Amino acid sequence: MSTDTTLIARSREETWLPILELATEEVFEIMVGTRVKPMEKTESAGAGFTAMVGLAGALCGILTFSCDGKTAREVAKSMLGAEIADSEEQVSDALGEICNMIAGNFKNKLSTAGKSCLLSVPTVIKGEEYSFRALADGEMLETVMEFKGAPLFVSLQLHS
Amino acid sequence: MLIVDDSSVMRKIVQRSIRQAGIEVETVLEAGNGAEALMVIGKEPVDLVLCDINMPVMDGLEFVKTLATMETGKKIPVVMITTEGSESHVVEALSAGAKGYIRKPFTPDQVKEHVLPVVGKIS
Repeated sequence: MSTDTTLIARSREETWLPILELATEEVFEIMVGTRVKPMEKTESAGAGFTAMVGLAGALCGILTFSCDGKTAREVAKSMLGAEIADSEEQVSDALGEICNMIAGNFKNKLSTAGKSCLLSVPTVIKGEEYSFRALADGEMLETVMEFKGAPLFVSLQLHS
Repeated sequence: MLIVDDSSVMRKIVQRSIRQAGIEVETVLEAGNGAEALMVIGKEPVDLVLCDINMPVMDGLEFVKTLATMETGKKIPVVMITTEGSESHVVEALSAGAKGYIRKPFTPDQVKEHVLPVVGKIS
């Protein structure tokens, strides 16, 4: 990575990471009814649910939102009510929508790049043991947010 | 009222927000995309549509444009509810015939602010 590229990456991490965290906080406060806050980075258990939304246009990459199964069900329950969020399909749907709203809220907060950028329909994967890797070659912004004591992993992998 | 969104979770949340906003709705119909919404409108009386943009099969913008060409559809007001909040999307949706635009995430107050004037025009 050249010095220029490193500087751009550092600049993006410094300026965009707080925007990504704010976008996540707002989505949870407004749509889930729960406050989340950044927490110390921790390793993902590699199990549970991962929602993904692609970004294309001036800003190109993939935004992912992951958590374990118990936390995913708790998020869906807070969002929809216990009586509605009882199926795995509803939990997946809820996580996909949260990821979609975080991506939209994030890009809407960016001054220029986000304005001419489109979002894909969300995809959600779930399982006991899996790993995933975006084939994006740019920098990665990632944060861990605390939701009722549990970690939520939010990352934005950018294409250069 | 017809709620159009590919996410059943979002359809429930929109419905709840309408209720929390204090807007009285007699019947709530649902559709998972624009094509399904057109079929519902062909069968059932609909006086307001709340519609997402980013959907598979037929997206919200294509739906609004198609609705505007239909004799039964062109009088039905459509309010877009979407994460796609860029100015070009707003302009495209409004020029296609949408009467309002709500950006996700939204509060019941924001739903009220954008839907009530449209509902008021209906009644």
